[in-house]
Amino acid sequence: MKSRYDIIVIGAGPAGMTAASLAAEHGASVALLDEQSGLGGQIYRSVTCQGASDPSILGAEYYQGKTLADRLVKSTADHVKGASVWQISEDREVGVTVDGAACLVSADHVIIATGAQERPFPVQGWTLPGVMNAGAAQILLKSSGVVLPDPVFVGTGPLLYLIAHQFLRAGVRIAAVLDTTPRENLRNALWALPQAYRNANQLWKGWGWLRDLRKSGTPFVRGVADIKIASKDSAAQIEYKHEGVWKSLSAQTVLLHQGVVPNINLGMATGCAHDWNDTQLCWHAQLDAWGQSSIDGVSIAGDGASIMGAQGAEAAGALAALGALHRIGKIDQHTRDDTGHPLHARLRSQAPFRRFLDMLYRPALQFRVPREDTTIVCRCEEVTAAHVRDAVHLGCQGPNQLKSFTRAGMGPCQGRMCGLTVSAMIADQLGRPVQDIGAARLRAPVKPLELGQLAALSEPD
Amino acid sequence: MKTGVITADAVIAGGGLHGLSTAIHLANAGLRVVLLEKDRIGRHASSANAGGVRRLGRAPPEIPLAQAALEQWHCIEDLVDDDCGFRESAQIKLAEDETGLIALEARSQSVRDCGFFHEQVIDAATLRDMLPQAASHCVGGLIVRGDGHADPFATVTAFHRKAVSLGVQVYEREPVREITHSNDLWQVKSALHHFESAYFVNAAGAWGGEIARLMGEAIPIEAQALMLMITERIKPFLSGVVGAQGRALSFKQFDNGTVLMGGAYQGKANMRTGQTTLDARQLAANARAAVAIFPLMSRARVTRAWAGIEGVTPDHLPIIGAARQTGGYHLFGFSAHGFALSPIGGRIIADLISARQTNWPIAPFSASRFSKSSSV
Repeated sequence: MKSRYDIIVIGAGPAGMTAASLAAEHGASVALLDEQSGLGGQIYRSVTCQGASDPSILGAEYYQGKTLADRLVKSTADHVKGASVWQISEDREVGVTVDGAACLVSADHVIIATGAQERPFPVQGWTLPGVMNAGAAQILLKSSGVVLPDPVFVGTGPLLYLIAHQFLRAGVRIAAVLDTTPRENLRNALWALPQAYRNANQLWKGWGWLRDLRKSGTPFVRGVADIKIASKDSAAQIEYKHEGVWKSLSAQTVLLHQGVVPNINLGMATGCAHDWNDTQLCWHAQLDAWGQSSIDGVSIAGDGASIMGAQGAEAAGALAALGALHRIGKIDQHTRDDTGHPLHARLRSQAPFRRFLDMLYRPALQFRVPREDTTIVCRCEEVTAAHVRDAVHLGCQGPNQLKSFTRAGMGPCQGRMCGLTVSAMIADQLGRPVQDIGAARLRAPVKPLELGQLAALSEPD
Repeated sequence: MKTGVITADAVIAGGGLHGLSTAIHLANAGLRVVLLEKDRIGRHASSANAGGVRRLGRAPPEIPLAQAALEQWHCIEDLVDDDCGFRESAQIKLAEDETGLIALEARSQSVRDCGFFHEQVIDAATLRDMLPQAASHCVGGLIVRGDGHADPFATVTAFHRKAVSLGVQVYEREPVREITHSNDLWQVKSALHHFESAYFVNAAGAWGGEIARLMGEAIPIEAQALMLMITERIKPFLSGVVGAQGRALSFKQFDNGTVLMGGAYQGKANMRTGQTTLDARQLAANARAAVAIFPLMSRARVTRAWAGIEGVTPDHLPIIGAARQTGGYHLFGFSAHGFALSPIGGRIIADLISARQTNWPIAPFSASRFSKSSSV
């Protein structure tokens, strides 16, 4: 790693790999910083050194990541592995720890491509042993071929069905799928369906997962309106409300998932402006047509800006690279616009399908704003829904103030996990838009940093 | 009464702890009080500080105030109905070599010469006893027993609630635009409202210089963004607040195991937006100081770093006392050590307003020391 680059890209998923490759191909010096040991990000995790033996388990689409990784490897971009970025300063100095050594690297332009994280799913018992996010279970499958036994899948969204389908292909008996998709969502999504038909192949693919799951005999319960999880005899006891009646089943593993949201931590801590998006129910960075944020020389691309999926992220990564190359004088405006034109068109063509998915899998209020008083909201500080409601009742107006009332968001994760829940709860209780309530202020270090590492901070030469 | 004008006995500019404290003391004395805050209550130095309640190391003119404030902290519930997280604890400044220890002995002597006996020198064995985890090269220190620390968030919340419960009208997001004084009345205008009062208090912290300018006075003050860091919870190993001679360091562990450290390391302050940015090199310097004194901290993970905007005067002493025009008062510029003094600062201003005088020795804090403070 050098002490300065023309462009630093953070995150080696589809957006980051594409941005770094394209920028390097246009003659910029580029560093691609990523936490993992291999390229791919979450969606193409471990794609260059696949652990799961049978390629059919993860599906053909997963191996598209190989093409992006090959392109990056052929380029002149420095891929820095095991790099954890904990700060970006306003003059684009990037604080990063590599192999336990913290250092500052500067760039003329920074592209944040930190992808998505799973939306919090604060139902009663979500913190119990044996209960985890479905995405975490998928990481185990992708990186070490491990499948968890006897799982119940709970939630909504294409990723939930994809992961269940991957488990099925890996030969796992799935105890049940409890689908929390609100029934009225289908009605709301239908108007977007005709336009989404342009992406018919993706629709068929998703439909195929659901068909396979049903054909396998996996119990599939639609319209689940409430969930409670308890621990009983080293198994999880799941109670669920279906058509007004509480039913129960037990399982070794409960895998929760209700969609993904942009991982905004680095952008927020850098000071990039964000707005609440009420369709995707998450914060979106304010960006221009080339992905540049409210801070000059800092761009955000891919799912880290708004949920757009792997194909959208590729296009957005390329657009961010073009914008950055033009801004630092590596390409002229014609080259930027000519190369960018088909990419903008591709993003536009995917928008209706995305809108359809957003409407169809928009999680219900009761799964974002916990109803039960004892449900944990902030896991680090063990703050319950009742604690949050009491604080709002006492006059707390927002997530930053809530810290002083309850310590919610002050633990090791600094609200990166509970932030959306907290903002949604306060907005709901005060009857105000989430945009007005705001997000908890994030600060460096965005990633864990030991005091001794910080003390030894250096600038590479 | 003029229509559209909000009248009060006193208008306070600044919703930090000193403004809130003044409001509480004035309301207790029966005055109708309006408090104007340009942002949110306690948004800056009042909540983004280390919560130290110390007499150790105070400049001699501040010692009587710090002494009186400490007494108030011990019964802070009487003032604001909440303990504000106050815990009594020792404050220790340790010495890493003989030269440092000699400097601390000289300091202790100079405090005794002023008639105060709270700062005492301790030897290496006593230090080891009190701070077993301190680096083995430390040779002694200066200690004040009976100082303490409080929780800034809890303190701001408690002061705010108490002020509101006493009927203080608090306006947030209400920056003062214009201040005039005529016929013994202050006219204070924001973008939305016009206030009129016999008394006006400038408690605007780092923005106190701007308010003073609107009052027609030039008072030098510099805004600094002083950074703090906090770690994850680690096994309790320390009670008391620790600093070191010749190093910029303030270090303490809370009951919950998290460790807070600072030491006047500066980030950048944007006075227009009220935002601060961190300086990684300065944070690294702070980390080096902390690890040098407490080597076991090396593996502790930092969970958050932040900065608060402090108003710092040329001599690092606050500005407390009457303004140039009748009925105007200043209470700002505490230069990053004002948290501990917040119970007493408001009381002094309330004395000046309701009794026309105070028994506290505040002459050294007069704004006139800078100036010949010329008119603007």
